[in-house]
Amino acid sequence: MNDNSSAAQVISARDLTKIYRMGDVEVRALDGVTLDVPRGDFIAILGASGSGKSTLMNIIGCLDRPTSGTYLLDGHDVGTLSRPQLAGIRNRFIGFVFQGFNLLSRTSALENVELPLIYSGHSGRERHERAKEALERVGLGERLTHHSSQLSGGQQQRVAIARALVNRPALLLADEPTGNLDTRTSLEIMALFQQLNRDGMTIVLITHEQDIGEFARRRITLRDGRILSEEGA
Amino acid sequence: MSFLVLLRVCFRALLRNKMRSALTALGIIIGVAAVVSMVGMTTGARNSVQSQISALGDNVFMIFSGSVSRSGARTSWGSVQSLTEKDAEAIAAQCPSVKAISPTIRLSGQLVFGNSNWATQMWGVAPEWVDIRSYGISSGRMFNETDMRGAAKVCVVGQTVVDNLFEGNDPVGSVIRVRRLPYEVIGVLGAKGQSAMGQDQDDLLIIPLSTAAKKFQGGNTRINMVIGSAVSGSAVEQAQEEISDVLRARHRIGRNDDDDFVIRTQADISEAMEESSQTMSMLLASVAFVSLLVGGIGIMNIMLVSVTERTREIGVRMAIGARPRDILLQFLTESVALAAIGGILGVVLGVAVSATISKLAGWATAISPMAALVAVGFSGVVGIFFGFYPARKASLLDPIEALRYE
Repeated sequence: MNDNSSAAQVISARDLTKIYRMGDVEVRALDGVTLDVPRGDFIAILGASGSGKSTLMNIIGCLDRPTSGTYLLDGHDVGTLSRPQLAGIRNRFIGFVFQGFNLLSRTSALENVELPLIYSGHSGRERHERAKEALERVGLGERLTHHSSQLSGGQQQRVAIARALVNRPALLLADEPTGNLDTRTSLEIMALFQQLNRDGMTIVLITHEQDIGEFARRRITLRDGRILSEEGA
Repeated sequence: MSFLVLLRVCFRALLRNKMRSALTALGIIIGVAAVVSMVGMTTGARNSVQSQISALGDNVFMIFSGSVSRSGARTSWGSVQSLTEKDAEAIAAQCPSVKAISPTIRLSGQLVFGNSNWATQMWGVAPEWVDIRSYGISSGRMFNETDMRGAAKVCVVGQTVVDNLFEGNDPVGSVIRVRRLPYEVIGVLGAKGQSAMGQDQDDLLIIPLSTAAKKFQGGNTRINMVIGSAVSGSAVEQAQEEISDVLRARHRIGRNDDDDFVIRTQADISEAMEESSQTMSMLLASVAFVSLLVGGIGIMNIMLVSVTERTREIGVRMAIGARPRDILLQFLTESVALAAIGGILGVVLGVAVSATISKLAGWATAISPMAALVAVGFSGVVGIFFGFYPARKASLLDPIEALRYE
């Protein structure tokens, strides 16, 4: 395992556990996961449903806190932060891409992409310019004013990726980004992720599909809350 | 999140469900409109009564014959005429706080001039009456002490009588007949116009008190009422006490017996009026409270539905960096906007309703900008109060659960 200084690591997680209590039963969703993701990496987290990959994603994405273990995101210890502080971290350090796109309906592509900048307090002009730039980067420079209902699934996912990129995060976190797309569009989206990674973006991809995982530089597989295997480098 | 962005997000959400937003605001609109129009009408009514009271003259008081007990049966005011002209003279002589005083005898009759005729109020009064009631003389003269002493058959007429009996020509010098007796018109009263309640204050005719007593009461000097004025506004109360002392002494009323007269000042009348309008205000306040309560519950209901519907949106916003506070403000802005817009439209509707009523029913209405502002402000407060719970509920959602919500 790689043990570089934490500043070079976008993710540096040690011995993460997450225990859910369901009545009298304890469920160990994560059971001692240690993970390092250096800057510029593209890692896929694979696993069947119930393997703990969603729980790991929620913790990496600062949507949830581990029961024990430490997690440094871009050198910041986020394990002890409050809810508003975590919201700020998500806003500045993480770009989310979801399976269901999760765009605001009846809202233009441009405004959807501007959304994270609203919460980080950027001015209207800056929001507009950066959102436009992000949409051009994902190949949607011509469809700024289209509403999500006027876009195809692949285009909607591109808007979502632009939204994830717009605040220049340290980490792009994609949860089954191709789950709602056909094969051809899936390949296009994965090619886009690879392109972004080549440009220096650190990406964590959560998926249950082995062949989608193949697009990443590295793959780790989870089972029963533990890392089963690691491959690639 | 800047205020402008907040407003834009808010109005986009409200416009997305136009019908629902309109119906929710309707609860507040109707409540505020009902209150504003009713406040307008009561204020109008109060203003008109107040102006009627002050139209009486300055620092005016009135003395009526009071109730007397006879063998245990008490009669109503004025049914026994206990006041006489001598009483009025005694008051004028012995009460330093009284500036002027005039006994009045109320009469009525048909006036005839040439081949036109007109029914009007007639009063037998003293020369001071014109000043007490602040009429003034627009043409000719008021009758004087000489006329009083001689019980002269002269009269002074109001402007309405001039218009109807003399077709607007100057009547001074003409002779009219009242109950078959001829009276010379020596003057015209200054026009006062309509009172705020629509009563014509110029439809009257006055004759010397002595003439009224002699020609209409067979020489009996008992009078209906005494009207007078105090030397100043602050002296009205003092005058009231002095008059009471003089009259009790003259009527030989025992220490423990009730007065057989009643003194009423403008302040007394205003006070009674104020009391009834306060009751009305309390009533309106409770109507306002109930309607805004119902409207507020409507807003809370819709906001709860809206939060549930938009759970996923809330999850997305949280995932990309909205703090709980941002979500709280977003939903609170929506409920406050709904309530405040309802309030503003309610004020507009209320003003329109009371304007229509003034026009159709001829009631005076008055809406103060302050009342309108309070109505809008209060609906805003209702928005905050009833919007807080749903907004807080939204802000406390777990982003993971919210994102998973179908």
